[in-house]
Amino acid sequence: MYLRAGIDSLPHMNNARSALPGFAVAIAVLIAGLLLALTVGRYPVSLGDLIGVLLSKVGGPRGDISPAVESVIWQVRGPRVMAAMLVGAALAVAGTAFQGLFRNPLVSPDILGASSGAALGAVVGIYLSLGVFAIQAIAFVGGLIAVGIVYMIGTSVRSRDPILVLVLTGVVVGSLFGAGVGLVKYLADPYNQLPAMTFWLLGSLSATGVHDLLPLVGPVAAGTAVLIALRWRMNVMSLPEEEARALGVATGPLRIAIVAAATLVTSASVATAGIIGWVGLVVPHLARSLVGPDFARLLPAAAILGGGYLLLIDTLARTLAQVEIPLGILTAVIGTPFFIWLLASVQKTWS
Amino acid sequence: MTLEGHQLTIGYQDRIVGTGLDVKLQKGEVLALLGPNGGGKTTLLKTLLGLLAPKAGEVRLDGTVLSARSIRERARLIAYVPQTHVATFAFTVEAVVLMGRTAHGDLFARPTAKDHQIAASMLERFGIASLAQRPYTMISGGERQLVLLARALAQEPQFIVLDEPTANLDFGNQGKVMREIRALAASGLGVLFTTHDPNHALRAADHAYLLRDGARLAEGPVQQILTRERLEALYGAPVQMITDATGTAFIPG
Repeated sequence: MYLRAGIDSLPHMNNARSALPGFAVAIAVLIAGLLLALTVGRYPVSLGDLIGVLLSKVGGPRGDISPAVESVIWQVRGPRVMAAMLVGAALAVAGTAFQGLFRNPLVSPDILGASSGAALGAVVGIYLSLGVFAIQAIAFVGGLIAVGIVYMIGTSVRSRDPILVLVLTGVVVGSLFGAGVGLVKYLADPYNQLPAMTFWLLGSLSATGVHDLLPLVGPVAAGTAVLIALRWRMNVMSLPEEEARALGVATGPLRIAIVAAATLVTSASVATAGIIGWVGLVVPHLARSLVGPDFARLLPAAAILGGGYLLLIDTLARTLAQVEIPLGILTAVIGTPFFIWLLASVQKTWS
Repeated sequence: MTLEGHQLTIGYQDRIVGTGLDVKLQKGEVLALLGPNGGGKTTLLKTLLGLLAPKAGEVRLDGTVLSARSIRERARLIAYVPQTHVATFAFTVEAVVLMGRTAHGDLFARPTAKDHQIAASMLERFGIASLAQRPYTMISGGERQLVLLARALAQEPQFIVLDEPTANLDFGNQGKVMREIRALAASGLGVLFTTHDPNHALRAADHAYLLRDGARLAEGPVQQILTRERLEALYGAPVQMITDATGTAFIPG
């Protein structure tokens, strides 16, 4: 219903034949994001040099490429580009899954508490000076606990408007976990830990190196693979509970699997890049307007578009000012008006 | 094959809605469930579908206790047509009907060529093939009801349970749905539906089951059961009966 403002005004975008242009747009955004992210910056690299560097990896060393360019591409920008793509894709896929599961276009990993839960877990991990894997594990547990609490309260409170209850519960539980984050920051060593926590809570990829990629790739790939494997069932899961069960879906276990997978990818990206809000809300909508609501197409499209989206944001963050702008601030500047627009269009069509 | 409830006590966690209910539905037969609002119709429906566990008694399908079958197995035997509702996502009509094939594939299965073919033939059967690529959110209430019927038939069930299939439909579409219900029974399915209109029961059902305050008031062939006196007792309101050479109709008085 809420989509009237979006794809429903373009009914021809909905059928199978016209999913291709939608994917083409998503892939074009990803390619544009990749090219910009690799070439633009304090040390500009020309398109020719970029192609040269890439070819030299395949066809052996070439004399006309300066070592500085090579190092910028492979050591500095390469890992960061990979991380941006993975984090963007992860948040978009998680948002898509949550929106379908909760049958609600306004939910996202942030609103359901997955992000704040993961943030508390990760901040505790930093406070205890744990390793990357341990931080990620705690972030995952924190995210799962937060979503579990939100979901339990949201479904057990009887209300005429369960969606409102769910969103409000998410806000309340999120702020409770936020208080926990505040407490850990208050207790943290102000010279070593606190700046790291603060910087990380605003979202950043600036410190990403090759060694950060492994703990990110694994969980994101695993969680996304689970969600994509379940894509046909997710269509049915986006129907009212009793309807889904009457169609033969064991909704209980499946819901747990989907929430766990979406929380896993969210936590992995939070543990790597900190809190980057709004991506999980904005990108699923854009993807849905490109390829329609069918999860079989929506999940891959959201992953591709999310990767490109965060690449563009991260390039802006690096280049917009003399100092790096935290990613969470840029995504909020874009996400807030988008959410308000969405709320307005939902109000119009739901009443 | 029969779907039957034995001495059912129905209700939710914190309250009991009805007790001592016996229901029996044969294949090829249409049973109409009538009763005032809040009388337990929907609760009984959900219990017979296995969506709600009975608090006492048991639901049996083909002699086996319903809860002994897996949720997938049940969906291949009983289909549910809920009241039409506004969907959250703008799935195409074809995608909605394809969801009826869910129970025929495993957890990771994608729709097969056969699934697509069955979905297409169901759309054809209800004369809505031209809507296949339209968003479900953008079609009329009558069309939505037909889409949900097509989805239920795509499950290839033995029984179909419909919750107020004629609510929210205009006069013409009400007639169409009644005809389809008769056609389903003629093709061998057992059909159970709830309705607020005794005339729909008269028209489409073989048997009627009158439910008031969670108790059975009467049950039997519609022609015998649906009388002015019984309907007045059922709804607690005056009812007029009009009879002529072509049949009988009831009007709330």
